[in-house]
Amino acid sequence: MSKARASYIRIGAVHAALIAYTLVALFPVFLTIANSFKSRNAIFREPLAIPTPETFSLIGYETVLKQGDFVGYFQNSIIVTVVSIALVLLFGAMAAFALSEYRFRGNTLMGLYLALGIMIPIRLGTVAILQGMVAADLVNTLTALILVYTAQGLPLAVFILSEFMRTVSDDLKNAGRIDGLSEYAIFLRLVLPLIRPAMATVAVFTMIPIWNDLWFPLILAPAEATKTVTLGSQIFIGQFVTNWNAVLSALSLAIFPVLVLYVIFSRQLIRGITAGAVK
Amino acid sequence: MKPRENLTDVSEIKRPRRWHILVFLLPALVVYTAVMILPLVETLRQSLYNTVDGQLTFVGLGNFKVLFGDPRWAADFWNALKNNFVFFLIHMAVQNPIGIALAAMLSVPKLRFGAFYRTAIFLPTLLSFVIVGFIWKLILSPIWGVAPFLLDSVGLRSLFAPWLGKPDTALIAVSLISVWQYVGIPMMLIYAALLNIPDEVTEAAELDGVTGWSQFWKIKLPLILPAIGIVSILTFVGNFNAFDLIYTVQGALAGPDKSTDILGTLLYRTFFGFQLQLGDRSMGATIAAIMFLIILAGVSLYLFGIQRRMRRYQF
Repeated sequence: MSKARASYIRIGAVHAALIAYTLVALFPVFLTIANSFKSRNAIFREPLAIPTPETFSLIGYETVLKQGDFVGYFQNSIIVTVVSIALVLLFGAMAAFALSEYRFRGNTLMGLYLALGIMIPIRLGTVAILQGMVAADLVNTLTALILVYTAQGLPLAVFILSEFMRTVSDDLKNAGRIDGLSEYAIFLRLVLPLIRPAMATVAVFTMIPIWNDLWFPLILAPAEATKTVTLGSQIFIGQFVTNWNAVLSALSLAIFPVLVLYVIFSRQLIRGITAGAVK
Repeated sequence: MKPRENLTDVSEIKRPRRWHILVFLLPALVVYTAVMILPLVETLRQSLYNTVDGQLTFVGLGNFKVLFGDPRWAADFWNALKNNFVFFLIHMAVQNPIGIALAAMLSVPKLRFGAFYRTAIFLPTLLSFVIVGFIWKLILSPIWGVAPFLLDSVGLRSLFAPWLGKPDTALIAVSLISVWQYVGIPMMLIYAALLNIPDEVTEAAELDGVTGWSQFWKIKLPLILPAIGIVSILTFVGNFNAFDLIYTVQGALAGPDKSTDILGTLLYRTFFGFQLQLGDRSMGATIAAIMFLIILAGVSLYLFGIQRRMRRYQF
């Protein structure tokens, strides 16, 4: 009896601690979204209250949509993120296939070379990347960002995908070879469909740092036409610092797509971290 | 290239050069080398050059000497380096213990709502620095008054100060914001490591009367040390490469009075210039080279010094 009670108390304490930390994690996000729907007076008078019919206001969102070209920023972010992920997945899967399927001289060395980028941040090469982009006339284009993010995402993608490709059965591939499939067809038709779950994991991991990056948009593509959402909201908020409605609305707009994607992909993401990262 | 060493028992066929291997490798190799490796090498090379009388000249380690000793540079550099270490130590002392504690609680067997807690606590990690930085700037702002109001509700109103605006607390405040954002990563990695401990081990410990706290300290903690090692090196690399959060919260000058300046913000100001200061490519490359060496030293120490000596348990 007393043992059972002790374990109830312990479970209760664990829940209390986890709920407390969950509140710490969610409170700032909740606070921002709730206040973005309130009038200016209400934001200051009762910051912790949720919007009521009397305090409800969309004035912040109106300012944001009128002043900043957020539709354009979203478009840029989506183009950059989607194209970079597609290239990372395609090039990464191809390289991972070469490394895991064939034995050739320099195989291990090649694997190590590609893995260097997992630990060394691409940011440290910024000085020369900018020079290169200037020389190639790619400054203020989305292409520059796509190239950088593809290079940034490849090392981890090759590493994770080649681990998974080693688990694809040799018999299947050899059966394909006997049926006269070319190596390309084996890759495209037999192997790629089998590693789709791993590709989804890599896609999620690649997406987050690209979508959130501020450094490279700031340096390589700060022009109005090529601003991403992250840079766009940074600059917008900087200009509208004293317009609290607009700032809170811009923040909420920037949070929203992340929230939606997270709700869709959270299981994939968490399973990816818990399965692949610690071996 | 050699022909494939046979994988099956089918007779070995000598094949001509296997061009498909090259085709598979080439796109990744070209993009990775051209956009990542070559610029990195080129940046390191440029740290050995500087403009002398309008001519780019090889100066050896001259730039480093200037950075370490010249009065115009040294104060800023050592300040940024020191702040960066403080930034890192706060993460190690606060973020990782909280992450371990959360993971330990989440791994309690048959815990209800575990998935919900995990999802919620991991959410801030996905938000961009811009969002996180501004949200906390607003919350800690004395104008809005959310932070004083919350402190008031627990009777600690007197503790409130504009933490982000005071030189002696700004760095701690910014570090804690970053901890708030990133605690999900150690939590997840250590949670995964805890799940990998087989039930037989914990059951055996329980039979021997080792339960609760002492079970965690004596049985589980040694088993998750490799995961803690990975978390530490990820924190190290992330911290010595950080820039965005400080830029968002405190601006490129990393105020007040450069009290939150770290190597990332110093690199940005040096390379691109800010306000009256002109951009300096050579010194920018020099700071990037120092960051590279620090990260390389940390990663090597981990790979060769710590990871190899760490005992791994096979279950």
